[in-house]
Amino acid sequence: MVEIRFHGRGGQGTVVASKVLADAIAKEGNWVQAYPEFGVERRGSPVVAFIRIDDKRIYDKSRIYAPDHVVVLDPTLVEAIDITEGLKEGGTIIINTDRKPDEFPFRGRFDVRTVHATEIAVKHKLGNLAAPIVNTAITGAVVKVLGLTKLESLAQAIREAIAIKPEDNVKAAQEAYERA
Amino acid sequence: MKEKKAKRIVYRSEREMPLMVISVGSQTHNLTGAWRNIRPEIDLEKCLKCGICWKFCPEPAIEIVDERPVVDYDYCKGCGICAEECPAKCIVMAEERK
Amino acid sequence: MKKVIMGNHALSYGAMLSRAQVIPAYPITPQTQVVELLSEMCASKTLDAKFIKVESEHSAMASCISASAAGARTFTATSAQGLALMHEMLHWASGGRHPVVLGNINRAMAPGWSIWTDQNDSLSERDTGWMQFYCSSNQEVLDSVIQAYKVGEALMIPAMVILDAFALSHTYEVVEIPEQDKVDAFLPPFKPEIRLTPDDPHAFGGLTGPEHYFELRYKLQKDMEKAPALIEGTGLEFERLFGRRLGLVDEYKCGDADLLFVSSGTAGYTANVAVDLLRDEGIKAGNLRMRVVRPFPFETVRRILGKAKKAAVVDRNISYGHHGIFYQEVKSALYGVKKAPPVFGYITGLGGRDITPDTFKEIAAHALAKDGPDEEIVWIGVKR
Repeated sequence: MVEIRFHGRGGQGTVVASKVLADAIAKEGNWVQAYPEFGVERRGSPVVAFIRIDDKRIYDKSRIYAPDHVVVLDPTLVEAIDITEGLKEGGTIIINTDRKPDEFPFRGRFDVRTVHATEIAVKHKLGNLAAPIVNTAITGAVVKVLGLTKLESLAQAIREAIAIKPEDNVKAAQEAYERA
Repeated sequence: MKEKKAKRIVYRSEREMPLMVISVGSQTHNLTGAWRNIRPEIDLEKCLKCGICWKFCPEPAIEIVDERPVVDYDYCKGCGICAEECPAKCIVMAEERK
Repeated sequence: MKKVIMGNHALSYGAMLSRAQVIPAYPITPQTQVVELLSEMCASKTLDAKFIKVESEHSAMASCISASAAGARTFTATSAQGLALMHEMLHWASGGRHPVVLGNINRAMAPGWSIWTDQNDSLSERDTGWMQFYCSSNQEVLDSVIQAYKVGEALMIPAMVILDAFALSHTYEVVEIPEQDKVDAFLPPFKPEIRLTPDDPHAFGGLTGPEHYFELRYKLQKDMEKAPALIEGTGLEFERLFGRRLGLVDEYKCGDADLLFVSSGTAGYTANVAVDLLRDEGIKAGNLRMRVVRPFPFETVRRILGKAKKAAVVDRNISYGHHGIFYQEVKSALYGVKKAPPVFGYITGLGGRDITPDTFKEIAAHALAKDGPDEEIVWIGVKR
C-alpha cells in the first residue's frame, strides 16, 4: 500500500490533482482511494488531499496519518506549515519550486525532489503568474518520481477530468514529467 | 336529510384490505352538514355566475348546476367562506332552521 | 465501465441507472454533489427525469410521495438536519406504501453544528417503517440504490441508502458502473397496482378510523418481515448478473472467530483491516458488518454470533439514557439464545472522530481482557 498527502492552497486544484492521479492509477488496474480534507475549504488557506493505492481492495477507510510521500503544490507552504508531519522516514517529498532539493532543511531525512511546476504552468498559459494552475503539471512530476502509473494513463485521465484547455494541461504534465 | 348513495366501506380482515387507505368512503359517509349552525342561502336573482363560491368552498359542497351554484347541505359545514367571497354579495349566512 | 467516483456520485449513478423519474431535492452539506450531478443529468437529458427544486426537505419528501403515488420511480437525498425535517413525511411514505428511495449521508446532529459523520441522524428514523441499508464502499452505494428499488417496489416499502459523510460521500473510489441494459433486466419499470390517476380516482391516505388503522400497520410489519429473504434473494440475483454480492450482512473471517466485531458503515470495512492485524498477532478475530438494519436480520445475526466466543459491538451512535443502538439491537436478537456469547458495547467516532484499525485493536484488547461486559457503554477515544 502506498499513501500520499498533497499540500496546496484552497483554489489551486489540490483535490483535483489527487483525483486525476487516482484516475490515472486506476487505469492500470490498481485500487485507489482519494479524499480531501474532511471539512470546509477556503480559498487561499492551506488544504490537504490524500490518496491511497494498493493492488487489492482497500478496506481501510480511516484517514492517512503517516504517508509514504508528500506532494507540495505551493512552495510557500514549506515555511508556513510542517509538511513533513507524520511522513515516513526516507519518504519522498515532491515540491513545486525553483529551488534545489539541498536547499531544504529536511533534506537527508527525506528524499526531496523539486520541479518548477509554476514556470511550466505559466509557459502553457494555465492560469496566470498571480494564480498559476499547477495541479496538472505536478501530477506529471509525481508519476515520474514515484512511478505509480504510465504517463499515457495520466494524459488520458487529464483529458477526461479537465474541461478547459485539456491538451495544454497534458503538455504541462508531460513537461514536468521530463524535467522532474 | 335525503339518503346518500355513498356507502361506507368496512373491511372485515386485513386480507381484504389494500396496502394503503384509499377511498374507504370516510369523506362521503360522514355527513358533515350536521355540524352546521348557520347556512348559506343564495339569491340567484343577484348571482353573477362567476363560480367563485364553488372555487372557494373547502368541502367542496357547492355544485354548479345550469351555470348556477347549488349548495349540498348534507356536507356544507356552514363556514361562510362562500358568503365572504361572493362579489355580488348574493349569499347570506342565515340561522340554521331547527 | 470502471470509474473513480465519489460516494455522492455513486448515489447519483445509482438513481440514473435505476431510471428514477422524479427527483425532488434540497441541497445540504455533505449531500450537495448527489443533487448537483442529478440535476446536470436531467438538464443534459442523460436521465429522463423531472428534477424539482423544492423549498425544504419536508417538501422534497412530500413531492416524492405524491409522484410515487402517481406511479413514478422517485429518488431524493439528504443528510442530518434535512432528514430530521423530513421526519413527518418519512412516516407518510411508509404508511402510504410509497417505495421511495432516499440517499442519506450520515452526518452528526447539531448542536454543536457539525458536518462530520455519525449515525444518529438515520438511526433516529429507525422506527419510521423504512428499510435501511448502511454502505461501506462507493460500489456498494451504487449497487444498493438499484437493489433498494427492486426490494422496495416488490414490497411497497421505502428504503434509505446510507453512507458516511466525507469518509464515503467525498471519497473517490474505483466503481464498476453497470451497463444500463443489464440494470434494466434486473430492475423492470415501477408499476404499482394502485396508483393516483384521473382514470380511476381515489382518495389516498384519508381518515382511517380505529377499525382499519391497526390492520394497515399489521400489513406493513408483515411485509417488512418478508424483506430479509427478499434482500438475500435479490442479492443473489444481482450477484449472478453483476458478480457482486449484496446480502443482509457481510461476514469477514467470522467462522472460527474468538472475538467478533459487529460494525457498520465505513468503520465496518476498517474493521477488516484490524481483523487481519489481530490475526497476525495470533488473535482469531472476525467482523460481522451490518448492512441492513431495518429489517433487522435476526436469524443471520443469531446464526453467526451464536458461534462466536465474544462479540464487540461498535456503535457510531448513541441512544441517550440507553446504549449504543446496534448494541441494543444485537443484544435483543440474542435474548434467549442458548450459548449466546458475552456481548460488549463500544461507542466511538461520534461527530466524525476517526475510527482507525487501532480503534478496533483497542476494543479487542478491552474485550479479550474480560470475561463479560461490566459496564453498559465502553467509550473509546473520549478525552477524559
